[in-house]
Amino acid sequence: MTTLPAGEDLALAEGEVPRLQRGGFFLRVLRERKSAVVGLGIIIFFIVLSLVAPYISPYSATQQTCRVYAPPSPRHWLGCDDGGIDMVSLLMQGGRISLVVGFAATFVAMVIGGGVGLLSGYFGRWVDVSLMRVTDYLLVIPDLVFMTVIAAVWGASLLHVILVIGILEWTSTARIIRAQVMSLRERVYVKRARALGAGNARIIWRHIMPQVGPLIIANTVLTIAVAIYLETALAFLGLEDPTVTTWGTILEHAFERTAISYGAWWAIVPDGFMIAGLIVGCFLFGQAIEDALNPRLKVANLSVRRWRLRPLVGRGPDAI
Amino acid sequence: MTARTAPGRPAPDEEQRSDVPLLEVENLKTHYPVRLGLTERATGGRRKWVHAVDGVSFTLARGEMLALVGESGCGKTSTAQTILRMIEPTSGTIRLNGRDITGLSEQRMRPLRRKLQMIYQDPYESLDPRFRVQAAVEEPMLVHGIGKSRAARRDLVIAALERAGLSPAEQYLGRFPHELSGGQRQRVTIAAALVLSPDLLLADEPVSMLDVSVRAGVLSLLDGLRRDGDLGILMITHDLSTAAHFADRIAVMYLGRIVEEGPARSVVRNPQHPYTKALLSVVPKRDPRERSAPQILQGETPNPVDVPEGCRFQPRCPVAVDTCLREDPALRAIAGTAPGHQAACILA
Amino acid sequence: MSLLEVRDLHVWFDPPQGQPVHAAAGVSFALAAGERFGLVGESGCGKTTTILALMGLLPPNASLAGEVLVDGRNILAGGEDSVRGHRWKDVAMVFQGAMNAMNPVKKIGWQIAEPMAFHGVAQGAAARQRAGELLELVGIPASAAERYPHELSGGMRQRASIAMALACQPKILLADEPTTALDVMVQAQILELLTGLSDDLGLALVLVTHDLPVVAQVCDRAAVMYAGEIVEAGPVEALYHAPSHPYTRLLFAATPDLYGEEEVVSIPGAPPRLDREITGCPFRPRCDSYFDPCGRDHPVLTLVAPGHRAACHLTGLPAGERAAREGARPLGGGGADLGGSPDPGANSGRSPDPGQSPDLVTGDAP
Repeated sequence: MTTLPAGEDLALAEGEVPRLQRGGFFLRVLRERKSAVVGLGIIIFFIVLSLVAPYISPYSATQQTCRVYAPPSPRHWLGCDDGGIDMVSLLMQGGRISLVVGFAATFVAMVIGGGVGLLSGYFGRWVDVSLMRVTDYLLVIPDLVFMTVIAAVWGASLLHVILVIGILEWTSTARIIRAQVMSLRERVYVKRARALGAGNARIIWRHIMPQVGPLIIANTVLTIAVAIYLETALAFLGLEDPTVTTWGTILEHAFERTAISYGAWWAIVPDGFMIAGLIVGCFLFGQAIEDALNPRLKVANLSVRRWRLRPLVGRGPDAI
Repeated sequence: MTARTAPGRPAPDEEQRSDVPLLEVENLKTHYPVRLGLTERATGGRRKWVHAVDGVSFTLARGEMLALVGESGCGKTSTAQTILRMIEPTSGTIRLNGRDITGLSEQRMRPLRRKLQMIYQDPYESLDPRFRVQAAVEEPMLVHGIGKSRAARRDLVIAALERAGLSPAEQYLGRFPHELSGGQRQRVTIAAALVLSPDLLLADEPVSMLDVSVRAGVLSLLDGLRRDGDLGILMITHDLSTAAHFADRIAVMYLGRIVEEGPARSVVRNPQHPYTKALLSVVPKRDPRERSAPQILQGETPNPVDVPEGCRFQPRCPVAVDTCLREDPALRAIAGTAPGHQAACILA
Repeated sequence: MSLLEVRDLHVWFDPPQGQPVHAAAGVSFALAAGERFGLVGESGCGKTTTILALMGLLPPNASLAGEVLVDGRNILAGGEDSVRGHRWKDVAMVFQGAMNAMNPVKKIGWQIAEPMAFHGVAQGAAARQRAGELLELVGIPASAAERYPHELSGGMRQRASIAMALACQPKILLADEPTTALDVMVQAQILELLTGLSDDLGLALVLVTHDLPVVAQVCDRAAVMYAGEIVEAGPVEALYHAPSHPYTRLLFAATPDLYGEEEVVSIPGAPPRLDREITGCPFRPRCDSYFDPCGRDHPVLTLVAPGHRAACHLTGLPAGERAAREGARPLGGGGADLGGSPDPGANSGRSPDPGQSPDLVTGDAP
């Protein structure tokens, strides 16, 4: 170990939160990485926007309030879509559903993936082998093809979209959690707990989960980004319920109804920015947490910056 | 002796009989199968076994410290793991307080785990970094259902910490492991082991990862514990000097067997087995003027998969004779040594 | 003229938060060719930092002051650029845990030949030939050059690491805990190898370790480090039989000897924080012989015998007074932390020893 043992006078101030406590970890990530702050800010912005949308929406998101494909104007900042509906209101409303789909799908993926990863990593042997075989099968199924089939067979609805995304996305989470749990299982303090006679439930709950928690959260955030993207893709391909307004269906409507040939960029581009914005926000925050969890990913040791030489001050004592 | 003793001190146990040794290990063997590669399986290769523990027998009495000494691969850690039943023995017997625990199911083993505690080598990894000291020392009690209330448990935690030399204990309760030095962390794990009033403590290299200036403190603590607490301690170490100073008896292991065993002083000053002699000769001495001629053996310890024929030490033995290639000597008392001193060598 | 001379070496690390840590403070020593020098101390004393500085292998958050003279030339003068030319050609190092730091997908022979090509010492077939010779030199058959690291045992890998260090025929070999992870028998083999190399090739050897007996047996001279400074240095015999610094004496007393009967002591407390200014002697809180000046004046290395220096105020006292003061204070009475001092009275009631500085080399939390 190359750590220094500290001297006697290094006492913690009363009430100071030690580094490793969970809440403190996230605060530290935010403090140390600007990208985390930006990412979290974007996510919070979208969540808040979605929550207050019904109250601050300038116009209805369902009724026609202007000319078809009206360009942006002082009254309609982003113009109107093919049905004469104000874009700003539409985007806000679409954001609500998109976010719900994204979060719900992610929740499904997390519960399944986290559970599978935990059981697989902790118990190993046949549990691991069987669960991982299932994971592998699902991993190799092409996402869009699978979704197309499901939509075709069972019809396009929001619930189906959520389930499909959830089923497809849990696999990568499962693998990541499994790897972490497997390494945690070998830690000395876990072995000690077992030698003590602690049961599996206790060990998982008290020793493994707290360590895996931040990783699950990082993975959750990143999965949200993927879920949003997949929802957009599904909607765009017409596999989602067209009566629902999501960012994806907005895009789909725009393309279907010749927005491009009309030159109505305002029906497409802002929507794209919203999607991209949320995805970027999720990535920034999720990556920042992942980086903080794994300091070895840092490339400081390969840095071009070198150690510095200071001028020699004071006397040079005679060598021995 | 009154039935009511101070918290943290061992209470008299009905099972405890002074005539029965605390721990008895008889001809213990633990063999791991070596996984056969695909080609080996196809060509009908024979299954190979790692003879980690290959016939180990010893006894440990209460209040005694036995040091299991040897190089890596000799099987000392595997022996401890087997005694703890973390690994299943292949054959042999383990008796704790006279009771055979070799084949017990995990369910029946669980209450007995109170009596059998282990201290690990790495003080930096032994404690869950998210647990404060109080939680870490309290955990064993929660697992075994000891301590009727939070306050009662807190008292037991404080008593255990004090016994482990962390005083005043109250100031340590709220600390996290990363705020403690290596020596203090090791004391916390010792306290966590003591809180259940165990009979037997297995210490796997308890000080090898600590600074030199801190080691004696922890070792003296263990020494004091076995005296006052009537604990038996099985200490695993590769450091012969530590074993010589702190242990009552030393057992030298080589390739899964004990090749020499006896009172510490006797084994160190009057070694009988050629391996012990060689090992002692290469231990560096503190005094620069004592530059003894070390008997450096060639090569390295062979793989426990391929145990040599006859005496397992003969390929490297400087004094091996023909008989050694055929005969596998057993531990026997050697004339002219202290009582209890045994060695497994036909030439001793 | 000395082959290697270190003059007033200082190393500071800038952690992500807080004050710079003064990991090495005014380290000075010299060696001649063929000499074996030990740098002894416990974790955090600065010994590894010192030899990393000799090779210029410090991370970007480090700053250096002082001189490192190889054959009279200061190799640190131009920073990284000037050190690079000397690295491996004049000064080579066997790292801590080197046996585990080999490239697992390259054969041993290739790894030994690589620095030769890089430094322009030998190429191609000539390099491979030389790699084989080096392997023989360290006691491994030359055929091992065709093997991968995982096919060799720990001891053989350590020998291969030494062969790698010798690739460009350096004059100075730095060994950082070369035998710490090895069994005592293999340790003896490796130490025998290093001693032989220093005798046969005239290599100057700097052996960094926390294991005092190893230094006592292998080295001619040694320096004891504490809190980034050398507190005592001289011939190993003098260090054992006539220690002038209480820490040296206590360190030996804390090391069990195979046949010794004396009680093994432990030194309560922990070294001081290196990110704060230290007033007086850094060892005072844990010392058993401190007196008035120890709390005020920082002791400097002074000569106590030919070739033997110590940084302790006791050395300036007349013999009688010195004998009276030595060991007069109870261990741990200087206000150091608890952690098992047998005398309950020694606990001065100070708060326990908490906290840990972040890992200096990478700047991360432990």
